[in-house]
Amino acid sequence: MNDDWKFHLREHKGAYAAAAMFVVIFALYILNHQAGWTAPVITTAANKGVLLAIVAMAQTLPVLTAGIDLSVGMVFVLANCVASHLVVGTPLQAAFGVVAVLAVGALCGWINGAIIVYGRLQPIITTLATGTVYYGISLGLRPVPGGDVHAGLADALTGSLPGGIPAMGVVLVGVVLLVWVPYRRSVSGRAALAIGSSEAAAYMSGVNIGRTKLIAYTLAGLLAAIGGLLLTFVTYSGEASSTIGGVYTLNSIAAVVIGGTSLAGGAGTAIGSVFGALVLRTIGDLLFVFDLEPLWQPLFQGFILLAAVSLGSLQLLKVSNRLDLFK
Amino acid sequence: MEPILELIDISKRYGGVRALERARFACAPGRIHALLGENGAGKSTLIKIMSGVVQPDEGRIVLEGRERRFAHPQDAVSAGIACIFQELSLMPDLSVADNICITNPPRKYGLIDRKEQRRIAEAALARAGAEDIHPLAPVGSLSLSRRQMVEIAKALSRNPKILILDEATSALTAADVQRVYTLLKRLRDEGMAIVYISHRMNEIAELADDCSVFRNGQHVATFAAGTQSDAQTVEMMIGRDIEHAFPPKPPVQSGLDAKAPALEARGLSWQGRLHDIDLTARPGEIVGLGGLDGQGQREFFLALFGVLRGVGGELKLEGRPVQLHSPKQAKRDDIGIALVPEDRKTDGLMLPMSVLDNLSFAALDRLSRAGIVASGAELRAAQDMVKRLSIKAPDLSVPVGTLSGGNQQKVVIAKWLMNAPRIILLNDPTRGIDVGTKQEIYALLRRLAEDGAAVLLYSTDYAELIGCCDRVAVFFDGRIVRWLAGDELTERALVASALNLTTTEAAAA
Repeated sequence: MNDDWKFHLREHKGAYAAAAMFVVIFALYILNHQAGWTAPVITTAANKGVLLAIVAMAQTLPVLTAGIDLSVGMVFVLANCVASHLVVGTPLQAAFGVVAVLAVGALCGWINGAIIVYGRLQPIITTLATGTVYYGISLGLRPVPGGDVHAGLADALTGSLPGGIPAMGVVLVGVVLLVWVPYRRSVSGRAALAIGSSEAAAYMSGVNIGRTKLIAYTLAGLLAAIGGLLLTFVTYSGEASSTIGGVYTLNSIAAVVIGGTSLAGGAGTAIGSVFGALVLRTIGDLLFVFDLEPLWQPLFQGFILLAAVSLGSLQLLKVSNRLDLFK
Repeated sequence: MEPILELIDISKRYGGVRALERARFACAPGRIHALLGENGAGKSTLIKIMSGVVQPDEGRIVLEGRERRFAHPQDAVSAGIACIFQELSLMPDLSVADNICITNPPRKYGLIDRKEQRRIAEAALARAGAEDIHPLAPVGSLSLSRRQMVEIAKALSRNPKILILDEATSALTAADVQRVYTLLKRLRDEGMAIVYISHRMNEIAELADDCSVFRNGQHVATFAAGTQSDAQTVEMMIGRDIEHAFPPKPPVQSGLDAKAPALEARGLSWQGRLHDIDLTARPGEIVGLGGLDGQGQREFFLALFGVLRGVGGELKLEGRPVQLHSPKQAKRDDIGIALVPEDRKTDGLMLPMSVLDNLSFAALDRLSRAGIVASGAELRAAQDMVKRLSIKAPDLSVPVGTLSGGNQQKVVIAKWLMNAPRIILLNDPTRGIDVGTKQEIYALLRRLAEDGAAVLLYSTDYAELIGCCDRVAVFFDGRIVRWLAGDELTERALVASALNLTTTEAAAA
């Protein structure tokens, strides 16, 4: 049928809007940058942006089920600390280290999911508590910042490829293709959206609610750990910083919303969140190239966020039963 | 014919309330079997048990000669039972195709095969006679009638042997109703067993091969369609025990018509859910709203209380035309409306807060000065109310959630009486409370009317409407189909007009 594209556009309008916003803001940034479109500028931007983009992808999965994961930032930090111990030595040892880091992240996510599903606790408080536990473990592993990481691997992933393509960008595309796309097209991904849209209707339709949530939170942990691993490659060290964890958690939620995913669940994509994260990151850099004082940055970011979320609530103007406003 | 599904001696209780008591039911392939019964007769519980949503306390389910237990809806689905529920089981954010294939999507290399899914969805929509629905459209963007057609397509895509429809046509437009009729007849001829719940007797006459009547959670009779008249069927459905005592009604006052009506609605309409409702209520009157559950009574109250947007028609209070925009405005002194909502736990009370807080909540404007609550006045007003309604609470500071259901309901009513309203709307105020408290509420309503309030009472309990109300407006499909008063106000007349049958038909038997 020839109007398929309309439905496609409608489903993905949040992601397209975020992508368009990113292109505009990034163009503004490059045009006003002294060095302009050069490999070092792009690579630096990618190295900063991709970390948040991957954590925002992690946040997207619980949010789609109408949940939330306040521990993504702490899993990110924990993965960073674990990586600064394990991803060292011979290439083989480093490879095992990478697997171990990812396994730790997935385990953290699985624990979140298990408590939410079997303990029937609310996601917000569960992940607040477990996030603090994960931070505590990070602190035990890295009482002071330090450690090391496999230099060859780090340089390869944070540098640029021939043609000036940032390696981190390739990693991001790889993660999207290997984790998000299969998930979105799997039964479990479909079920996650169904639960977020209407949990009762999903139950009535025979969707396995427990397993779906468990998978969503586990994958969120895994993605957050990928982010933490990449952080290690950027900083060449591990640091148990609660500030970094908190900032990444909150920014990941903001990125999800800018990317067009509803916090009420049921609709949205991780690709939207990726662009949301890139937008958020570029706004910060934009203020530097315009020579605005860094003091203004939070204020400006706040306004952008407000404008982005306001677009989403325009539909409420159409509600005819005022009780529906509170759903 | 050999039954495909049999329910034997099924009992189910919810808390202390008996929903089903040793109920029996059987349906056969190639037949449409109608389930009949008034509100609370146990029909919904019965189909929830058949479709695995709730589990029976006792009894056996026999499917194709084998005893089965359905722990989840999924078990029933895989056994070949598909149910189309009254409350839609669709996910509004997902596309039509996603919804149709949600239970068991087609897969290729472990991932959902979208092309195949689309083919299945298109085939299911075509089978349901709704080819015009685009499979990629989000369900939330469709009208209620179209959504119901998607729901039917979703059930059909599972190739069920038994199809259960609970009020499946109540949201449909006339064109879709015809499509569903044609579809159901074709499915029957293909050998499907169909269980059909409807409150529309003309639909049952059109479609059903067999009818089973339920009353008070028990099976009353099963007969071939057409062998009993409508009047005989109604007779089987009524006969609830009348267990309450009602305060005496005042004789019809001749001067009543002369008084200005407290509330006068003319041609009230909303969103295709309320049609052209004319209703007047005078001070001193208790006007009942009757009819089956979900025929627009709730929306009518919400419209009167300023909750709905875009209400058409005219509303006059004490002779003055008014426009209501919010409950805050509706409760103001110059308007004076109070609404006791149907669900006291969610809409009526803040359960963890104290009895005192709950009592004074709606009247804080009167009890405060410059935004500060005058705690002395608040306490006195609350104590007055506790005495007036004899609310049994150990102390005013206990959370209202710790009181019994009856006392909670009294708190909801008392909370609104603090505002001294002149028009009181009550949405099924005695649901789920004990007989003693019910009687106190009846007496209270009568006293309020005698003191000059106009009372509108919606109740699912016909006995209550008969015992309490001076006049009853029977709702059907968002309209008032009949007014009953005086000697006409009988259970038979209520049931017959709730089903939109004329009483002459019913009386003919």
